[in-house]
Amino acid sequence: MNILVCISKTPDTTAKISFKSDDTEYNSDGVTFIMNPYDEWYALVRALEITEQNGGSVTVINVGPASNDIVIRKALAIGASDAVRVDIDAPDSYVVASNIAAHAKSKTYDLIFLGKETIDYNGSEVGAMVAELLDLPYASYVTKLDINGNQATVTRELEGGEEVSQIDGSFVLSAAKGLAEQRIPNMKGIMMAKSKPLNVVAPIQADARVHVAKYTVPPAKAGVKMIDPDNMDELVRLLHEEAKVI
Amino acid sequence: MSVLAYIESPGGHFKKSGFEVATYASKVAAALNTNAVAVVIGKVENAGSLGQYGISKVIQVNGDSLVNFDSQVFTKVLSSIYQEVGANTLIMSHTANGKSMAGRLAIRLNAGCISGVNALPNTSGGFTVSKSVYSGKATATYGINTPDRVITVMGNSIQPQSTGSAVDVENKSLDLGGGKVKVVEVKSEEGGVPLPEAELVVSAGRGMKGPENWGIIEDLASALGAATACSRPVADADWRPHHEHVGQTGVAIRPNLYIAVGISGAIQHLAGVNNSKVIVVINKDPEAPFFKAADYGVVGDLFEVVPKLTAAIKKYKNQ
Ligand SMILES: Cc1cc2nc3c(=O)[nH]c(=O)nc-3n(C[C@H](O)[C@H](O)[C@H](O)COP(=O)(O)OP(=O)(O)OC[C@H]3O[C@@H](n4cnc5c(N)ncnc54)[C@H](O)[C@@H]3O)c2cc1C
Repeated sequence: MNILVCISKTPDTTAKISFKSDDTEYNSDGVTFIMNPYDEWYALVRALEITEQNGGSVTVINVGPASNDIVIRKALAIGASDAVRVDIDAPDSYVVASNIAAHAKSKTYDLIFLGKETIDYNGSEVGAMVAELLDLPYASYVTKLDINGNQATVTRELEGGEEVSQIDGSFVLSAAKGLAEQRIPNMKGIMMAKSKPLNVVAPIQADARVHVAKYTVPPAKAGVKMIDPDNMDELVRLLHEEAKVI
Repeated sequence: MSVLAYIESPGGHFKKSGFEVATYASKVAAALNTNAVAVVIGKVENAGSLGQYGISKVIQVNGDSLVNFDSQVFTKVLSSIYQEVGANTLIMSHTANGKSMAGRLAIRLNAGCISGVNALPNTSGGFTVSKSVYSGKATATYGINTPDRVITVMGNSIQPQSTGSAVDVENKSLDLGGGKVKVVEVKSEEGGVPLPEAELVVSAGRGMKGPENWGIIEDLASALGAATACSRPVADADWRPHHEHVGQTGVAIRPNLYIAVGISGAIQHLAGVNNSKVIVVINKDPEAPFFKAADYGVVGDLFEVVPKLTAAIKKYKNQ
């Protein structure tokens, strides 16, 4: 069973956020980047577990510039067999998805995994786009996956509940918390990753469909109003009269 | 070119997020000088009631293959209705199922896609719309380069407005063939308010010491009619169910009121809650970082403060 895992690079959450070019571009100077946790902890690790049980290999794909190689090497250190990087600093999710789908069409993967969203833009768009471009079913927000021959049983996380379904054949899966346990790369993995293939391929032609016109930073909070712990009536009064939320 | 709203109806009923989408779509339609049409899939009681939120017509689609959700099949249905009504904007809720289709529909309709918008678009001289990015540390205003648009609306971004009256429902049978996904079971959590929809949330962290102490949190939540949430270590230790975990790696919520009890306020926690309208922090440590993100703060032992707050809420409600 061959699995393609899509990985992306995001700023570490603790990173300070600033913008440049008249507030139309994210300023990445001095920012520490990490592999998107949903891709790394859940999608990649579950893919590795499945191939460890059933045989096959895990290929990771990233759409991005050479500076992304660091997260790709980490995925290889965690256990992926090989990697593909589509060499373009993609301007939107459509360009990312089109390039992933183009690569997937050129190979035969049984399953395609990615994280449920990135932690910077929380878009959740790429998985659904790839599924549609490849005309495949899409199992999103998956917290549990069992594979039995050609059939998969997935549990999807929904608002206020969950849904269990069965899918025959190939599909795209977006991974949520619970699907697997994070793996920390060991020394041997890190050494081996250096010699694993990382194929850089040229992007296909695709035009961005959206763009950021402006970034703004929300105004700072006015400051916290401290309430005497023995006067909860006062807190209730403020929540009612001042904040008007109860 | 009308605006099409897809209104979800889990279990045959609309939810608050559905009324938000109906309201959002009607307002977008008004700004674009057109009408808003709603589409519902499967059996729903009173589908025409969406007219109250400004929808001018409701199309209800039924078909053997539409009993359970399959993003591939539902996408075909929605794009066929979209073409039929001659829409150029499709609006859905930012729910698990909405998000599973937004990207698919963008491909099928050659549309630009913005998911999780938090405000109405600006339509003066174009179409731009904003969403919260970078863990709530910034807002991005997007422009859409294509004539067609697919948008998902973040919960609690707009207040549902019910001012109009019910409208006619056009029933339609569509069978575009079954999908490859067979739903075998749908489980819903018993009782309580689902967290992503809740307007009031009481959340607690490691300061609670153990799961046996959650009674005071549940009492406060029930006095307020609030949903309960928790920090990640609490869910990881199985003190509370995973669906209550809020933050960067859990659910992102934007209630009107978020009460944080015994939570330090780590940046990864704030990422999921800092779009809340009002934040109350109860913590015994005056240096807890959460106070910087709070509107109201109480420094004290939660085991004493929370029962007092519950009593004060009850007193207020009984007045
Ligand atoms: C990549 C990554 C992702 C993460 N994602 C998330 C996420 O999604 N959500 C999340 O919540 N965390 C997340 N975390 C963890 C986060 O960094 C914090 O560790 C976590 O939020 C702390 O939880 P807490 O506030 O409950 O516990 P603590 O940090 O231990 O804080 C407990 C608080 O309770 C107070 N307290 C103790 N006793 C009392 C008392 N009797 N009365 C009043 N106050 C009391 C203490 O003063 C303290 O402030 C993530 C971390 C990483 C690295």
